[in-house]
Amino acid sequence: MNKHEPAGRKLDLRNGRVELSHGSGGRAMARLIGEIFHAAFDNEWLAAGNDQAAFDIPAGRMAMTTDGYVVSPLFFPGGDIGKLAVHGTINDIAMAGARPLHMSASFIIEEGFPLAELKLIAESMGEASRAAGVAIVTGDTKVVERGKADGVFISTSCVGIIPAGLALSGDKARPGDVVLLSGSIGDHGVAVMSKRENLSFDTEVLSDTAALHELVAAMVETAGGAIRLMRDPTRGGVAATLNEIAHQSRVGVRIDEKAIPIAPQVAAACELLGLDPLHVANEGKLLAVVAHEAADALLATMRAHPLGAQAARIGEIVADEHCFVQMTTAFGGGRIIDWLSGEQLPRIC
Amino acid sequence: MKHVDEYRDGDLARAIAQRIAAEAQSDRQYRFMEFCGGHTHAISRYGIEDLLPENIRLIHGPGCPVCVLPMGRIDDAIRLAAREEVTLCTYADLMRVPASGGSSLMKAKADGADIRMVYSTLDAIAIAEKEPQRQVVFFAIGFETTTPPTALAIRLAQKKGLTNFSIFCNHVLTPAAMQAILDTDDGVEIEGFVGPAHVSTVIGSAPYRRFSTDYRKPVVIAGFEPLDVLQAILMLVRQINEGRCEIENQYRRAVTESGNAKAIDEVAEIFELREAFEWRGLGEIPHSALKLREAYAEFDAERRFPVATKPARDNPACECGAILRGQKRPQDCKLFGVACTPETPMGSCMVSSEGSCAAYWAYGRFRQYQNETRKAS
Repeated sequence: MNKHEPAGRKLDLRNGRVELSHGSGGRAMARLIGEIFHAAFDNEWLAAGNDQAAFDIPAGRMAMTTDGYVVSPLFFPGGDIGKLAVHGTINDIAMAGARPLHMSASFIIEEGFPLAELKLIAESMGEASRAAGVAIVTGDTKVVERGKADGVFISTSCVGIIPAGLALSGDKARPGDVVLLSGSIGDHGVAVMSKRENLSFDTEVLSDTAALHELVAAMVETAGGAIRLMRDPTRGGVAATLNEIAHQSRVGVRIDEKAIPIAPQVAAACELLGLDPLHVANEGKLLAVVAHEAADALLATMRAHPLGAQAARIGEIVADEHCFVQMTTAFGGGRIIDWLSGEQLPRIC
Repeated sequence: MKHVDEYRDGDLARAIAQRIAAEAQSDRQYRFMEFCGGHTHAISRYGIEDLLPENIRLIHGPGCPVCVLPMGRIDDAIRLAAREEVTLCTYADLMRVPASGGSSLMKAKADGADIRMVYSTLDAIAIAEKEPQRQVVFFAIGFETTTPPTALAIRLAQKKGLTNFSIFCNHVLTPAAMQAILDTDDGVEIEGFVGPAHVSTVIGSAPYRRFSTDYRKPVVIAGFEPLDVLQAILMLVRQINEGRCEIENQYRRAVTESGNAKAIDEVAEIFELREAFEWRGLGEIPHSALKLREAYAEFDAERRFPVATKPARDNPACECGAILRGQKRPQDCKLFGVACTPETPMGSCMVSSEGSCAAYWAYGRFRQYQNETRKAS
């Protein structure tokens, strides 16, 4: 990205649309980057105007992650693609127990996309990154012909620092460990679905999109050594994440349906749509597998944080060579929690 | 959730389960077929079998429209969708159903066929209106519950003067299939039926009368909530114990004796019986399916386009047929969980959300090992 102000008229941010020239490396691109992205992200690294950001890092282990965002619709109750692109990638870093440092953002924009909407998305990203204290320090912009993308696709990457002594990993769950969930499930998926064409329904459900690194930091401070692993249950929901954990650690998981927090509106929407809320995506929740003896302290820490106010102990890790995730239903019977088969809803994040 | 939670109450479930355990006579076997996939699903999802004594066995019936559709009809749909001018609209359930040669609607879509997933018949009508240059074919499938919405779509298309909308009709009838199950001499003992929920809201309880009079089998029509199913089982146990074989209605909050007259009339106006229709697993069953009446021929994809169903054979190792007849259980199939999973289905019972293999795979497959452990210890 380039900081130098090019000659010529300013962008028409009210009625203008993205044109192919906005991605061609010329003056138009410099305008777009300057007036939309630099304005929204506003930090010293970006302002330096180099092809890369240079920064010092503290000693220790680093974590790095990348994620693409193609959510449809771009704006949904409680968030938008920009916010999601910041939170989702920060969360992937946070799930290592790491402190996110800086992030990058790359945009693939469809020709004809309204500049006003692009500005809204960029501002939303800027806001989210400032609130999280994770600057977007470098980026890229490409424009593709109309019909070759759908509005805008965003890819973000993030690096973070892992506190000394911490080594969370999906293969560390052991029988006797406790499964904690930071809050109610299914909000993001239902919020996005409520605005889908052919499916739209009125609901007050808001996406739970949020950056979880501060909640994680609090947990690490309380009992970092007792945390075996953390995961954010996004696509495929809590069901997919628990199955991943079971398979990676070669253990079984037993959960209690009654212990899983879910908002009544989300439960109602899932009922109506025939969805299992355990398969519905979340964007601001985490699952933690922790040592039994530290579970109460960690749960208390989670509940003391606004993003973990509804945190709950939902189950435990058991020995099981079949790696089943089993649930005692509120009805009193038992059943498996399986991965989602096929595609519940494309482009949820 | 009001009107839902009260039918899933764990305390009530325990109370009914205790009654069932107390009343079921230990020297007797109770084999009940739940006809509908919706019941099979509820049984698996809520773990109802865990609440029943061992001498009550639930046999999963063929009430899953996707499962009983013969493969040849999926092949037809794929051929229709392959036509340049056709947009095929379908419920998502059908997308992954195996077709001949390892194909499926999902694969045909990836190959470029214009196949769109819709949530209702009205979505298909909307597409036909919006894209008049396309021939929109709705893949109509289902029991008596989904026939009225298809009838509504035909009515609407007629009213709007749509010349680019038609349906590929695969609507089938529940009582005909129940009768076929009882008529098949295959050694499956069924003492009674948990009768259809949603289907019965349309057709009422009267059409089941012949099962009590001619076949001496009790039928208890039950809702799809888990407490409905448990209560129906208790009612069936009582009928058996008392030597009764009546058509009882547990689902009184939605089902009447005569059903939904308006829906029945509208369906009768637009559809007529087919002489016979092939059911996967059950074979040709006379008067078991519907087609459009002559007056509505213009909306019939089978008349608008050349559709000549060719016989197609399921994988010979696939046991869907025996499972649909209640002769085998999903875990009895050699392919189950090995070659056949929801991701790589060999038979439609593994794909459909109402299929018993899918229900068993998604919710109940741990029982297989539980039983092994029990046997071993």
